[in-house]
Amino acid sequence: MSHRDYSVTRSSRAARVATVLGAILLVVLIAAPWWAGRADMRLMGELFLYLALASLWNLLAGYAGLVSVGQQAFVGFGGYMLFALTIFAGLPPVVAVLGAGVLGALIAVPVALLIFRLRGAYFAIGTWVVAEVFRLSFAQISALGGGSGSSLPTNIVRSMAASRDGRESLSYWLALGAAVLVITVVYLFLRSRKGLALSAIRDNELAAGSLGIDIWRTKFLVYVITAALTATVGALIFLQKLRISPDAAFSVNDWTAFVIFIVVIGGIGTVEGPIIGTLIFFALRETLADLGTIYLIVLGIVAIMIMLKAPKGVWGLIRARYDLQLFPLGFRVERSNNDKGT
Amino acid sequence: MEWFNAVVQGALLGGLYALFAAGLSLIFGVMRLVNIAHGDLIVLAAYLGLSVTLVLGIHPLLALIVVVPAMAVAGYILQRGILNQTLGQDLLPPLLVTFGLSVIIQNALLEIYTADPQKMNAGLLETASVSLGGLSLGVLPLLTFAVAVLVIAGLQWTFYRTALGRAFRAVSDNQDIAQLMGLNRHHIFGLSMALALAVTAIAGILLGIRTSFDPSIGGGRLIFGFEAVIIGGLGNLWGTLAGGVILGVAQTIGAKIDPGWQILSGHLVFLIILAVRPNGLFPRISG
Repeated sequence: MSHRDYSVTRSSRAARVATVLGAILLVVLIAAPWWAGRADMRLMGELFLYLALASLWNLLAGYAGLVSVGQQAFVGFGGYMLFALTIFAGLPPVVAVLGAGVLGALIAVPVALLIFRLRGAYFAIGTWVVAEVFRLSFAQISALGGGSGSSLPTNIVRSMAASRDGRESLSYWLALGAAVLVITVVYLFLRSRKGLALSAIRDNELAAGSLGIDIWRTKFLVYVITAALTATVGALIFLQKLRISPDAAFSVNDWTAFVIFIVVIGGIGTVEGPIIGTLIFFALRETLADLGTIYLIVLGIVAIMIMLKAPKGVWGLIRARYDLQLFPLGFRVERSNNDKGT
Repeated sequence: MEWFNAVVQGALLGGLYALFAAGLSLIFGVMRLVNIAHGDLIVLAAYLGLSVTLVLGIHPLLALIVVVPAMAVAGYILQRGILNQTLGQDLLPPLLVTFGLSVIIQNALLEIYTADPQKMNAGLLETASVSLGGLSLGVLPLLTFAVAVLVIAGLQWTFYRTALGRAFRAVSDNQDIAQLMGLNRHHIFGLSMALALAVTAIAGILLGIRTSFDPSIGGGRLIFGFEAVIIGGLGNLWGTLAGGVILGVAQTIGAKIDPGWQILSGHLVFLIILAVRPNGLFPRISG
């Protein structure tokens, strides 16, 4: 047995199978307008947008250790920027969605400079204060409907596509595209040099700093990227809803509590976790939603139980049992079978 | 004079915010725990007070005799049963568990008491006022401020003059060595949460007499308390009172400029102080 019998690889059979299955699934999902009903497409669109939000929050909290309970600031900001850019600047909605992302990154810079002064749990509540400031500020802008909000004018809605079916398909594809884009960005970021630095910081901040990693800058970069993508997703959410108000746009329950539950239940600090979590969340919601508040209590209890008993979530349990990694991030040592002679 | 009046009213309002903040400050000082459900626990105390006054037919202030011990016991059980399991190097578990707790309390209150705003009836206390040098001051705000000063003085005394306070300071400084000296830190943490929720009970009852409340307002109360803690500086209880006063004054002055600006101006003053003095005005310990 020499060292040549072993090779270091990132990929695994599970990951290769997952890639193929994922590609097939993606094609099926892209074709949804031809096989799914209107209600199903709306539900799937919403699911993709939650998946995107959950993956972004997971990058922020699970990898960068920036536990924010104020991401609704960027969801709402993105939504309002969609309305402002289409109504006042006359941009086409799809361009305005991208514009909302760029503006989200710009606004995130001063926000980060301010709240990065707070540490740990106080950082979390600081992000919430910022979200409240956004909500109260947008409630003061009478051109956007003030406290009661406004609807997207019909001529702007019509400019997306002539028919209602066309608009629904477009909005579905945009949601699917956002989810795929976010997961790809998160995955590629984690595989990059910066992502390695991020993993090092997550595992031990002191040790990472002593190896020359600029902790502040790495976290800052993650915060701004996450904010930009969250604002983009926010714009898409309100492009689907066609109506915006400060309370809906900056809702801590809708855009942060649910997202946190999704990530915790699925498994924080893994790329797969938010995907599983979103599927579980929507399955629970579709079966228990009639219970109203009881459903939210159940969700809270499930999240607490998971945090206490299985802090790595459902995906963590699966991985502990089967040693799977669908998105290959870590390296593994494998014994090669083909050249036994050497 | 009008502006001076706004400042005085704001300072008195600050007493209530200091009461929101005192419990938060206490548990952070002892075990570095930030309780996201703190605001919802304040609202829970207000609802408990409401139920006690309605069932027993007593004055809301007398309801304190029931609500304060009830919340203290609940705090001890909560800490020993759930929160102690989350404490450690990683700050994610306590944060997420208390966040889940917040959602549970909020929706449980919604299920029991509905979303309709409620208010406690304190009779004459609500409207009584005294004239002082041309200003008309409400008896309730004055009482609230006095209670805040007493509570903070009491906590300060507990911390620095009693055996329990010594235990609090010991586990705060070094949990392991405190444990070696024969302190059971799980018990001490339970006691500190009990004390924090006893203060929360007082804050909740005074809130419920002053304004109407509904299950959704917990988050806002948490934020006010948190801002008072950060403005005043971590680990400094008198600083927390000062932080509450600054926040209260900022809000009443903002409201004077434009009623829509009341809450917003409080947040903005907090952000400005954070930008200029990141550790607050009178810090004792680092975060």
